[in-house]
Amino acid sequence: MMWAGAPPSPPQLRQIKETIRRPATLRRMTHPDPAQSDRAAVFRAEGVTRVYRTGAVAVHALRGVDLRLDEAEMVVLLGASGSGKSTLMNILGALDPPTEGRVFFRDRDLTRASDRQLTAFRRDHVGFVFQFYNLVPSLTARENVALVTEIARDPMTPEEALARVNIDHRMDHFPAELSGGEQQRVAIARAIAKRPEVLLCDEPTGALDSTTGVQVLEALAQVNADLGTATVLITHNADIQRIADRVVVLADGRVVRDEVNTERIAPSEVSW
Amino acid sequence: MSPLDRKLLRDLRRIWAQTLAIALVLGCGIMLLVAAQATQRTLIDSQAAYYERHAFADVFASVSRAPRAVVDEIAALDGVARADGRIGFHAVLDIAGMREPAMGRVVSLPRDIDAMLNRPLLRHGRLPDPEAADEVLVNEAFGRANELTPGARFDAIIGGQLRSLRVTGWALSPEFIYTVGPGNLMPDDRRYGIIWMSEPAAAAAQAMQGAVNEISLQLTPAADPRAVTDALDRLLARHGGTGAHGRDRQSSHAFLDGELQQLGALATYLPPVFLLVAAFLVNMVMTRLIALERTQIGLLKAVGYTTTEIAGHYLKLAALIGVVGAALGAGVGWLLTDAMLALYVEFFGFPFVIRDTGAGPMALGAALGMATAILGAARAIWAAVRLPPAEAMSPPAPPRFSRGRADRAIAWLRLRQTTMMILRSILRWPGRAAITLFGVAASVAVLVSSYFFFDALDVMTDTVFSQSNRQNLTLTLAEPAPARAVQDAQTLPGVMVAEGGFATPVRLTHGHRDRLTSLQGHFEDASLHRLIDDDGRAIALPPQGLVLPQMLADALGAAPGDRLAVELMAPPREVLTLPVVSVIPQGLGQEAHIAAPALFQAMRTEPRVSHIHLLADTDHAGALYAAVKRTPALAGLSDWTEVRRQYDETIAETLLTMVAIYTAIGVLITIGVIYNAARIQLSERAHELASLRVLGFSRREVSYVLVGEMMLLTAIAIPPGWVLGTWFAEGTAEALSTDMVMIPFAISRRTYAMAAVAVALAALGSVLIVRRRLDRIDLATALKARE
Repeated sequence: MMWAGAPPSPPQLRQIKETIRRPATLRRMTHPDPAQSDRAAVFRAEGVTRVYRTGAVAVHALRGVDLRLDEAEMVVLLGASGSGKSTLMNILGALDPPTEGRVFFRDRDLTRASDRQLTAFRRDHVGFVFQFYNLVPSLTARENVALVTEIARDPMTPEEALARVNIDHRMDHFPAELSGGEQQRVAIARAIAKRPEVLLCDEPTGALDSTTGVQVLEALAQVNADLGTATVLITHNADIQRIADRVVVLADGRVVRDEVNTERIAPSEVSW
Repeated sequence: MSPLDRKLLRDLRRIWAQTLAIALVLGCGIMLLVAAQATQRTLIDSQAAYYERHAFADVFASVSRAPRAVVDEIAALDGVARADGRIGFHAVLDIAGMREPAMGRVVSLPRDIDAMLNRPLLRHGRLPDPEAADEVLVNEAFGRANELTPGARFDAIIGGQLRSLRVTGWALSPEFIYTVGPGNLMPDDRRYGIIWMSEPAAAAAQAMQGAVNEISLQLTPAADPRAVTDALDRLLARHGGTGAHGRDRQSSHAFLDGELQQLGALATYLPPVFLLVAAFLVNMVMTRLIALERTQIGLLKAVGYTTTEIAGHYLKLAALIGVVGAALGAGVGWLLTDAMLALYVEFFGFPFVIRDTGAGPMALGAALGMATAILGAARAIWAAVRLPPAEAMSPPAPPRFSRGRADRAIAWLRLRQTTMMILRSILRWPGRAAITLFGVAASVAVLVSSYFFFDALDVMTDTVFSQSNRQNLTLTLAEPAPARAVQDAQTLPGVMVAEGGFATPVRLTHGHRDRLTSLQGHFEDASLHRLIDDDGRAIALPPQGLVLPQMLADALGAAPGDRLAVELMAPPREVLTLPVVSVIPQGLGQEAHIAAPALFQAMRTEPRVSHIHLLADTDHAGALYAAVKRTPALAGLSDWTEVRRQYDETIAETLLTMVAIYTAIGVLITIGVIYNAARIQLSERAHELASLRVLGFSRREVSYVLVGEMMLLTAIAIPPGWVLGTWFAEGTAEALSTDMVMIPFAISRRTYAMAAVAVALAALGSVLIVRRRLDRIDLATALKARE
């Protein structure tokens, strides 16, 4: 036993409790080590650079970033404003092309794909969750999800997707009739309904208070656990990093830290 | 320059494309107003001056023969300022180098030209020598078309004899501004000419020494025209008067008047449609612009700008849109006036033009343009400046969608979500959808009511050429002849069928209403010249009684069963009483009809003919023409083959141009409306559409939301546009129909289809231009920002 001879330290204790409380699926995924991972990489970014030019000014948003994201892994991207985390996520999600470097989704080189192929990539493999939800105001919760299930290859039903994030009781409401947390859960349902391999979340709790933020994080963790969806979560809330398998810290367009979380906490323990 | 004004100019530069689209619609209305009004005023002024300088008469009458002294009697009548008598007749002409015969209207020229009414204006050469019997003046258009320069000669059958005439010069006359030969539909300057001949020569040719057969007179300002014509008719009855009439039944004046009326209608009916649409567009664009600047308005108020200053700022922007539209409309309208005048002046041969400065219409146009823009913007501005600063500075509440009855209905349809987005957007902003619908429907209506003219022409041509007149040639006899003249005509070269017709001038009276017209007697077995109604059906004449076209029956207030007094204005000059047996829908005809046997029985005369219709083998046309050229006793000649050919040529020449012009004007509304509506849609939904792209929708699928909504609205607007257009066309047909010509109201499927296709293509083009902006949306930044 790890605490034989000495009583466990408080963090150790917390982790034990947490491990016991977690569902089995989630327990299996604890402590992944990317270096020795036997799981396949979903994303590989190699030397990704992004330069924005406005007139004579060149802004280096990313300066040679290498990153790997494995199946079923939850990674938090942390960094100050302007550190390049959103740029990196946009590049991974094929919303923005890198100036230099290459991005692989499984074995496909996204940097060489056409606009049509990138659209198909987003449609079939990636789910997005944004800070401001980006729901279509003229469609109800169910219809917002149906928007995606209608074009996806093997979707779950909108009702199932909404049930997974516990918002199915509000599915006939329009976005304007839902609270921020509820809207974000609809957005998550919409993102996962296609059973994506990757979920890219840009500050999903940024516009929410702590209680609703926790609900949203729980929904994300649940999806990650139940569906094995690799999840990238951008935040500048340092506390949130502790719910992830791995934390990547960006500063000034570079990866300055990439480490595995030895201790994961449940979303319910996060506060801000 | 104040910061607000600087902002104004920058705003205008930013929304230049939308401003231009509105200004074009507005400008189009003002252009039509300016061009139609300025052209109409110019023509009215020029016409009035022309009439006055050349003593155009007010009342006209024909007699078979009256002693010259009658003219003095007429001059003494109450209300008559001046009276004039002359000799006039028709002659068959043989022009060197022209195979077919031409017709001439010969008019006598007194010694003292300055004292005459309907005085010709010498344009080229000199007046004929009163002593030289073979010298004549011809109208300028005829002289030019046949190259009959002074000194040239041509042959004419006058008084039963072939005479060689020498041209001394070319002239114009207010009486013959628009010259159409008897039985023809449009001017044919090669085959119909006016010939002025000295009075002694004309009198000698017709054996009319000391007599006249045409009277014209000018009235005193206070005269009662009706009383004068009645007195004139009484006086002329014993000389074979066929009924006096005013300018309204003088063919040249009536046609010119019809044209002027048409310009008036153009200036009255079309511009309001454009102005109304422009006002709606200004409202739509300003509402959006102000919505985008809501926080700026709050800020301006917070730092101390007054409500008036802020409202003034946006009013200035609206006014600038009005200025651009008014300037564009007035400028192009001015140029268009010149172009239209050039056409009219050439067509009518006006000797001079008194150009209206156009200042009046332009001022009106500018005022209307400004008022349109400002009124359009007022509501949007008022709603914005009313807000307290704090409320204005916070973003507007998101649009609320709720489940109404309509929404449940569309949800039940189980449509794709992108289609749901389209339908909900229409239901959520019904006002904006209504403006789009109205604009597109107006566009369709303008096109339907423009293209309708071609349908009306088709009906007229079909009736005139294919149904009613199947002969090649119609000969009008100088005097009615016994029926055997038809058998004689049968022997002319190449003639396969010869058929007689009889027409006589009559005055029909029913109660207190009366009408001068012609009564046509139809022979039983007529197959060439038939009576046809508007549906193209040949009407079989009942054995007894009168058949009246609708317009004539309406004018007389007569219905089947009524009995009319039919005063024969030619020998035997009796008054018959005949029943109306049927009224037929017939747009073109204004004559009364009767079976020939019934007419001759009532007149107690032997059957006679006044027209002979010929169907001839075209291979023998040369020989036939040569024979006709030598036939005396002809008063008129209609060569239907030639008329048709010329007609088709003219129509083909003008058709494409007219279609192009009408289409350009008509679809402008659609372009203005759809372009602006799509720009606003895009501006409001950029965020939403970018989300769809992120979710994996292709460009085509995302475009569907934008293009689909605009095209759905277009499709919905087309049927009401058809109805509106039909209604416009009916109004136009009624407004333009005169006593002499009734514009048939008929709209073909082709017209409806062409209008719909033109508008749909314009809408698609406009929305596709806006759609290109979708490609330029940067997905990453579009998602980051919240509105």
